[in-house]
Amino acid sequence: MKAFAIALLLIASPVLAEPPTPPDVPLSNPVQEQRAKAVMAELRCLTCQNQSIADSNAAQAQAMRMEVRERIAAGEEPEAVRAFFVERYGDWVSFVPPAREDTALLWAAPLLFLGIGVALVARRFRR
Amino acid sequence: MIPELGHLALWLAASFALLQAAAPSIGLWKRDEALAALARPAALAQALLTLGAFAALTWAFWVSDFSVKLVAANSHSQKPDLYRFTGVWANHEGSLLLWVLVMALAGAAVALVPTALGERFRVRVLSVQAFVSLGFFAFLLLASNPFERLVPAPTEGQGLNPLLQDPGLAFHPPLLYAGYVGLSVAFAFAVAGMLENAVGPAWARATRPWVAGAWALLTLGIALGSFWAYYELGWGGWWFWDPVENAALMPWLAATALLHSIAVVMKRDALRAWTLLLAVAAFSLSMMGTFIVRSGLLTSVHAFAVDPTRGLFLMLLMALYIGGALTIYALAAGRVAEGRQFALVSRESALVANNLLMSAMLGVVLVGTLYPMALEAAGGAQISVGPPYFNRTTLPMLFVAAVLMGIAPWLGWRRSGTGHLAARLLPAGVAATGIVILALLLFGIRGIGALLGFAAAAWLGVASLSILLRRGVTLNIAGMAVAHLGVAVSILGATASGALQQEALVAMRVGDAIEMGPWRAELKDVRPVAGPNWTAIEATLDVQRNGRPVATLKPQSRMFVAPPQETTEAGRAGWWGGELYSVLGKPDGSGRWQIHLWVKPLVRLIWWGGLLMAFGGLLALGGKLRLPSRVRTVAQEAVA
Repeated sequence: MKAFAIALLLIASPVLAEPPTPPDVPLSNPVQEQRAKAVMAELRCLTCQNQSIADSNAAQAQAMRMEVRERIAAGEEPEAVRAFFVERYGDWVSFVPPAREDTALLWAAPLLFLGIGVALVARRFRR
Repeated sequence: MIPELGHLALWLAASFALLQAAAPSIGLWKRDEALAALARPAALAQALLTLGAFAALTWAFWVSDFSVKLVAANSHSQKPDLYRFTGVWANHEGSLLLWVLVMALAGAAVALVPTALGERFRVRVLSVQAFVSLGFFAFLLLASNPFERLVPAPTEGQGLNPLLQDPGLAFHPPLLYAGYVGLSVAFAFAVAGMLENAVGPAWARATRPWVAGAWALLTLGIALGSFWAYYELGWGGWWFWDPVENAALMPWLAATALLHSIAVVMKRDALRAWTLLLAVAAFSLSMMGTFIVRSGLLTSVHAFAVDPTRGLFLMLLMALYIGGALTIYALAAGRVAEGRQFALVSRESALVANNLLMSAMLGVVLVGTLYPMALEAAGGAQISVGPPYFNRTTLPMLFVAAVLMGIAPWLGWRRSGTGHLAARLLPAGVAATGIVILALLLFGIRGIGALLGFAAAAWLGVASLSILLRRGVTLNIAGMAVAHLGVAVSILGATASGALQQEALVAMRVGDAIEMGPWRAELKDVRPVAGPNWTAIEATLDVQRNGRPVATLKPQSRMFVAPPQETTEAGRAGWWGGELYSVLGKPDGSGRWQIHLWVKPLVRLIWWGGLLMAFGGLLALGGKLRLPSRVRTVAQEAVA
């Protein structure tokens, strides 16, 4: 609770968040801005609670937004931008879980559950 | 003095719970009817005493008695009256006291409401319910005493988290708890049904109102929580797939499946064992939700107190009940025959499909919520499972469910023909096609997900409406159709507010304006304002559409006095079913303010849909009663 209150203070307080970060400037190319926004929505704000950097008012989120925009404007693919952040901050920064061996069960879950269900139902009808 | 009386009342209530649990168990075993019959007065006494304990705690909060530790830690003398009252359950101990109160009141209701299953079954249910209550009483009295004193008493309290100082707090937790407790009654019916070997249509008829009521309350609680998060957090979203949200969604999904499978037991005496398992699962998930939220496994607004010993206590409690129930299930499942058979194309099959999809969604939400914790605990990587995962996995299933929900009510029980379906579903098909064409041509929407969302909403909405307009509809059927209509309305709101949303995040000086399509928002003013226990900076935004003024938004950045904490208050205004939503951010040091503005078409339909769903659930309690014919004719004329 205390940590939460401090985190909130850090997020919201203009006094503590120095120096002021330059404000958001959308990219002039609307297609690129759209792409940048899609990336922002899937990156996690590291100082907030379960909030994407697209939604957050935190200074760090703002800095990350700027980074995303710069990279998209430089012609980087959205996937490469995300990879850059994962490289720098770890898997935790991406709301999209990685597709790896240790997350195989996670990604297989929907088909697994549907499969088990269908098998149970099928067995019932065969009887 | 009054807190001590409350504490005493709580101990006495716990003793009556013990009596209520033990007397029927021994009485039914020894065939001593007089002993078993003690359960009813015990339930009533327990309810009255718990009510007394709750009143005592409320009194302590109301008069700001800071010698009570809980009040000192969570209240403040300057807190507005409403929050002094709702603050009673805005903390760990108080919320548990609310839980046992709702549970005791439900017990009193079981003791008083006439039952078709006989007195023996009633006392059995009361006994099972008291066993569950006992655990919570023990937790409350031994590990979370709300009446603990503080010596010396501080002169001032620490205040309540500002995010919780909102009217939403008055309703959101009590609604959810009432829903959870309703599921505990269904659980007690299931366990009693197994112990008494009474599972069948009559049992289902007696259990169903509790399930429907619990489901409706849970639906309301979740919808309200979503709306609260939407306007209070100031992030612009309405569902974040936060673990705490998921903790409430899981019992809801289980209850939804249960509500549908219990209809099969009631009508056709099939799916008995599966229905019992769902009843056990629904309540277990309610407990798990409380456990996840209260144990401090997650840090969030909901985690009032982080205390590992409490987490352990709750976990043991949960293991005891779930383990016990599953053991009884394993022993009884053999005796509970699966009931009668049905063909592949039938109402039963459609309801089985509902159960399959709801259970799969439940499984996915469960795995997605617990996976990061499990992986980290196992020494693996720290990962985030966020909205992209949940949306990609659950939305396709929701789509299939919506399509089936349009068809299922037209199928007959046991074995259904399909010849009549084309004619019945023609209007829904036309509506779905029409809305997709409209979205493509008029709004230029190209996203396949959004188009499918619109199609599903139109299909299900029109199919449900055409059931409502039929002759001789029972309240049961009408409730089902209204609830399904609610789902369609929510899908429409979610799809439209997502696909048609416009958003701008800009830094502006007073006098600057944002242009966004037909919308124009001008920053008129930024000035300080004061409330009862906060001060704020408030911006004034004049919004025009096509040059005509439509609304003035006043987003605030609030600084609370106790505890000292800042919150953002969104400035909102309604526009048809949609909303204009603005958030005031930070100044940049050179006289500019960060302003976040959204236009969210039809976003309010999301919560209106939730209300409709809950209303449908309550309507279904009316059973075989028919809609008054006059209402029907009026509705038919309105359509014709």
